[in-house]
Amino acid sequence: MLLVYCPYCDVERAETEFSCRGQAHISRPSDPSQTSDEDWVNYLYMRANTKGVYAERWRHIHGCGRFFNAVRDTVSDKFLKFYKAGEPMPDLEALAKEAGK
Amino acid sequence: MKRYSFLELAKNAFSAHQNWGRQWRSPEPKAEYDVVIVGAGGHGLATAYYLAKQHGIRNVAVIEKGWLGGGNTGRNTTIVRSNYLWEESAALYNHAIGLWQGLSQDLNYNVMYSSRGVMMLAHTVHDVQVAQRHIHANRLAGVQNEWLTPEQAREYCPPLNISKNIRYPVMGAALQRVGGTARHDAVAWGYARGADDLGVDIIQNCAVTGIKRGQDGAVEGVETSKGFIKAKKIGVVAAGHTSTVMDMAGVRMPLESYPLQALVSEPVKPAFPCVVMSNTIHAYISQSDKGELVIGAGTDQFISYSQTGGIHITNHTIDAICELFPHFRRMRMLRNWGGIVDVTPDRSPILSKTPVPGLYVNCGWGTGGFKATPGSGHVFAHTIAKDEPHRINAPFTIDRFRTGRLIDEAAAAAVAH
Repeated sequence: MLLVYCPYCDVERAETEFSCRGQAHISRPSDPSQTSDEDWVNYLYMRANTKGVYAERWRHIHGCGRFFNAVRDTVSDKFLKFYKAGEPMPDLEALAKEAGK
Repeated sequence: MKRYSFLELAKNAFSAHQNWGRQWRSPEPKAEYDVVIVGAGGHGLATAYYLAKQHGIRNVAVIEKGWLGGGNTGRNTTIVRSNYLWEESAALYNHAIGLWQGLSQDLNYNVMYSSRGVMMLAHTVHDVQVAQRHIHANRLAGVQNEWLTPEQAREYCPPLNISKNIRYPVMGAALQRVGGTARHDAVAWGYARGADDLGVDIIQNCAVTGIKRGQDGAVEGVETSKGFIKAKKIGVVAAGHTSTVMDMAGVRMPLESYPLQALVSEPVKPAFPCVVMSNTIHAYISQSDKGELVIGAGTDQFISYSQTGGIHITNHTIDAICELFPHFRRMRMLRNWGGIVDVTPDRSPILSKTPVPGLYVNCGWGTGGFKATPGSGHVFAHTIAKDEPHRINAPFTIDRFRTGRLIDEAAAAAVAH
């Protein structure tokens, strides 16, 4: 079981207190009627599914209930960074280098 | 190929079974193949076997990063069934059931297919409605599936606890009698031996590191840890690593890879006659011929390539097993492990051509690919050989995510997602 840090509550808790909501920083097309089928497919279904350093959304469902983002290495499952929703995606390559990957 | 028979068995007994010989070669890769299959799991080996056997394409290599059958083929809970909801899926999985029945004879290899019945439990009113809807849909699609009352369920599987005083009492069950189990390793080995005999090169410990495409975009071959191998066609059958491999050809996939866990108990005498699955409380269990209880747990909630999973996932399943089968409460578990399963948004597989000419993909089997192994290899071989899908896998394209013709089996899979 992973230990997850909630940047809003400023606490580290067991994974069972949280819900993982998949790849982060995927934004909904801003003008749906002008969006091509390809762009809808990319938005709805295509995922990076990275083997390595990955930014994903988590939600503190049994705590504050808020969404936040985390960077995790999907091979070792180690978290490299937690940050609040709305903050820009960190430089994943730099984080990977820092973690010695 | 030396055929296995009772006579061979008797003959080899005289030399204490020391002279059986290798079941397949370990060749160095040739410079060029007509077809390269990436991934020597059950599906990949079956594809190679049917390419050689049914389509006469024998200049084939199966390239494997680790050892053959060492991924999800060697990690699953060996369950075979075909009671899926939609006609497209029913056709695909039933095609596999047809092949399972003659597989040992076809391969001259005992895959130990045992149609002991798969019973799926219903614990809530909603479960009952869904199960009965499945049964009706299955009957219309020509797939065998029947409804059992709790008493009939216990008659079929005596260890089952049908007390009304448990947290999730059993309200009935759907039984597919033709479902059952097969020996997972034997399936990989049987296909490997059969394919090798027909001239297929199985190249183990050889990782694919790149897919080379020409000026026109078509595939030219694969870069591997043993050098460049030219190929006219490439079939990717890489399960949890499909996204990674397809990325080498610049194709994005609608896949997410999750760890799925299973565990086995110490071996005991025959105590469990069938396969029991419960969608709602998330457990499935059967007994192997060796005597171990084979128990399947769930997936973790996050993508991972770690081939391990959270212990709370296993605990959750064990809780359910202990309540449904109280006499297993003192059993000791021997081993648990994880495999990386590639899950599509609609929980149906992808057996498809791709936007890249000469590149084909067979993936997205999620938490339940083992049961389809023969059917999957059979129709995927057809797709590669003819450059067009077989009637049965025609609906299972990548393009369905663009057209919207999804095959929504999320609710039909054996476990809650």
